[in-house]
Amino acid sequence: MNTNEVILEVRGITKQFPGVLANDRVDFDLRKGEIHALLGENGAGKTTLMNILYGLYQPDSGEIRRNGEVVKFSSPKDAIAQGIGMVHQHFMLIPVFTVTENIMLGDETVKNGLLDQRTVAALVRQLSKQYGLEVDPQAVIQDLPVGVQQRVEIIKTLYRKAEILILDEPTAVLTPQEVEDLFHIISELSHQGVSIIFITHKLKEVLAIANRITVMRNGKVVGTKTPQETDEAHLAEMMVGREVILKVEKGPAKLGDVVFEVENLSVFDQRGLEAVRDVSFQVKAGEILGIAGVQGNGQTELVEALTGLRTPHHGSVRLGGFDVTASSPRPMIEYGLAHIPEDRQKHGLVLSFPVADNLILCTYYQQPFARNYIIQNKAVDEYAHRLVEEFDVRTPSPYLPASKLSGGNQQKVIVARELSRPVKLLIANQPTRGLDVGSIEYIHQQIVQMRDRGVAVLLVSAELDEIMALSDRIAVMYRGQIVATLGASQATREGLGLLMAGLQIAEA
Amino acid sequence: MDIRRFLFITLIIIILIGVVVLVGSSQVSPATIIVSMLATTVAVATPLTLGALSGVFCERSGVVNIGIEGMMLASAFFGWFAAIYLNTILGFQPLPSLLTGVVVAIITGGLLGLLHAWLSITFKVDQIIGGTVINLLAVGISGFLNRQLFFEKGSIFGGQVPHAPGVLPRIQIPLISDIPVIGKIFEQQPIAISAIVLVIIAHVVLFYTRWGLRTRAVGEHPRAADTVGINVYKMRYWNVIIGGMIAGLAGAYFTLESVPSFEPLMTNGRGFISLAAMIFGNWSPFGAWAAALVFGAAQALQINLQFFRTLIPPQWAFLQQSSIVGLVPYILTMLILTGIIGRTTPPKADGIPYEK
Repeated sequence: MNTNEVILEVRGITKQFPGVLANDRVDFDLRKGEIHALLGENGAGKTTLMNILYGLYQPDSGEIRRNGEVVKFSSPKDAIAQGIGMVHQHFMLIPVFTVTENIMLGDETVKNGLLDQRTVAALVRQLSKQYGLEVDPQAVIQDLPVGVQQRVEIIKTLYRKAEILILDEPTAVLTPQEVEDLFHIISELSHQGVSIIFITHKLKEVLAIANRITVMRNGKVVGTKTPQETDEAHLAEMMVGREVILKVEKGPAKLGDVVFEVENLSVFDQRGLEAVRDVSFQVKAGEILGIAGVQGNGQTELVEALTGLRTPHHGSVRLGGFDVTASSPRPMIEYGLAHIPEDRQKHGLVLSFPVADNLILCTYYQQPFARNYIIQNKAVDEYAHRLVEEFDVRTPSPYLPASKLSGGNQQKVIVARELSRPVKLLIANQPTRGLDVGSIEYIHQQIVQMRDRGVAVLLVSAELDEIMALSDRIAVMYRGQIVATLGASQATREGLGLLMAGLQIAEA
Repeated sequence: MDIRRFLFITLIIIILIGVVVLVGSSQVSPATIIVSMLATTVAVATPLTLGALSGVFCERSGVVNIGIEGMMLASAFFGWFAAIYLNTILGFQPLPSLLTGVVVAIITGGLLGLLHAWLSITFKVDQIIGGTVINLLAVGISGFLNRQLFFEKGSIFGGQVPHAPGVLPRIQIPLISDIPVIGKIFEQQPIAISAIVLVIIAHVVLFYTRWGLRTRAVGEHPRAADTVGINVYKMRYWNVIIGGMIAGLAGAYFTLESVPSFEPLMTNGRGFISLAAMIFGNWSPFGAWAAALVFGAAQALQINLQFFRTLIPPQWAFLQQSSIVGLVPYILTMLILTGIIGRTTPPKADGIPYEK
């Protein structure tokens, strides 16, 4: 159902945060039963706008109209009362509660002073039937897969009689199959008259599902298009403000010797469960081996074991012919390992340290940065200035704490530190997660450059597009095992998607 | 509570009772000793049970409260002072004086809870520091006022400790008191009885009511609660105040139910042992109660052994020193806190101030 009846209208919304104009006279409207995508890079102001619509922030100026009437939201309660529901990027579910408890929270049904779980559970069943959102009301959230948790979030809004559903980056955490399911659910909801605002930075998805697309950049609305009148390249240009090379330019691989060899590796996770099971692979100089897989299938533990951060309980790791199984990170770094960790803020940087100190974290004890156990500030200063320029880190000074930088620039600091040493092996885990298109482009270029310089690259990513764009060979990880290894030319999105979901494809 | 923990608790209590039975059985029948041990256990577990419940309310809503010890101590003092003042200066009967004392103790606890909430929720002071402030404050205030009011010349009591109005009387609960043998165990004083009742109420409130659902939600994932329109600060404030009031009732136990006097530092670490009981009980009211009973049994051992001191066989002579037996509750605390019995999971947002 898609009529022209406008049910929500935003006029001239402006929101100023200290130092940033997050929303600058934003106009936006939503029609009944419409799927309206809001596209933009990180920091473009999409989430700010939605938080204003959901009553979490109050705008400095501008107005919101619901069915033509001006409304003011001072808290999410007001927005919920106006039929607006939001599914946040990080789910707002309580892991130890049941589905029913989560759905009723804040809007409980009470009988004789006690919670009436039975009535709510019945309502949940009815809603899940009506909209095709399969879920068990008695299940505990932490036992459910992410895709199902998302359904719970959607039911939570429908339980509150939402007519407008805001989905903030809903596909970021899903497998390709789960994305398919979500898209089915979204079109079903729109058929039944629910209007949907779909926030994303993924161009393909937008074109696949949206009725209209509004693009934001630097807090402003750049324009609104229908999928028919635009394409990926055009949308990307609108988002970034300049032409973007979406396709990674890369020639054929010039393979060298085997640099990195992993044999029958098994690793336990924090809880003592086997997270990585009997994994073997090789990476040659001058090639990129991509490890695809949905997050949480053992990639984190695998990379930790490969970089000396976690001791494997079985198997061996050889780097350039030396056995480095259970070695500590330093000898591996000295041999030529570069590591771009999964969580740049937790494991990549010391956030409270200045950029300059972060740039010498691996080499601070070596000449010329240290002499007789004393840090040589002059050498550090020169080095930091040089790298900041070379890697285009946007910072007013190399002495600003790393925490003050944007995500893209933080990642550039890590890349600068890791790749400006003599590198033989690069292990990059989710190197572009949460970055904007411009930064992604830059990081991808750097990775391909390293490969062309004869570095062996192990790329771990949950983004299928990234894996397919960069890899020369692709291994798929599922439940701690590598279930298949393919040449990049043999791999298709669909095939990889099935493997990532644990389904074996028939050998073609 | 998982079965291992339950068995552990039962085993420790049986061992502790068994020791007393072994020593005393030549003089008194085992049944009498067991009943006496159990009755003492329930009685002395009272402040621990209440303290642990206080902790359950605070921490389930996401606020760590190590100030329970201080809340107990301050409440013990002010409750006792109120009772004496009413009884000796204003001439009230002992029982109304004592009951008003209990109310004053609860209010004292509630006010200190408010202070803790104010520090840790509004000002986001580190909660451990906030709790420590309360502990130090309580020691200072109760010690100082105790000296000023009772021992200084020219104070209201004329520098003489007045005759106390006694302690709260035992009450007989209809039906339960009529049960042979077991009835005796539950013939307790009112605060001990109310502790048991509060365990049941706390369980129902936490797990079966709207209030409890919201309390647990703000302790696990406050932002999620916020997005569905729950006022995180308000929930936390009230739960910390309720926790404080329960700690206040625990304080009343010391001076209005256990002994008719106040001594500086008389809570003697019981507030901290309550926190151990809360953790061992996995932040649930019944679990906390069971754990409090273990500590209670350890203390009951010390008390009951005194009756049979002369009967202790010479090879166990060390048991004659009550100071050694008195260590048992503290040793148990240490053993239990080292986590020998399974792992416990605190509420996820426990101790983390909520930033909007």
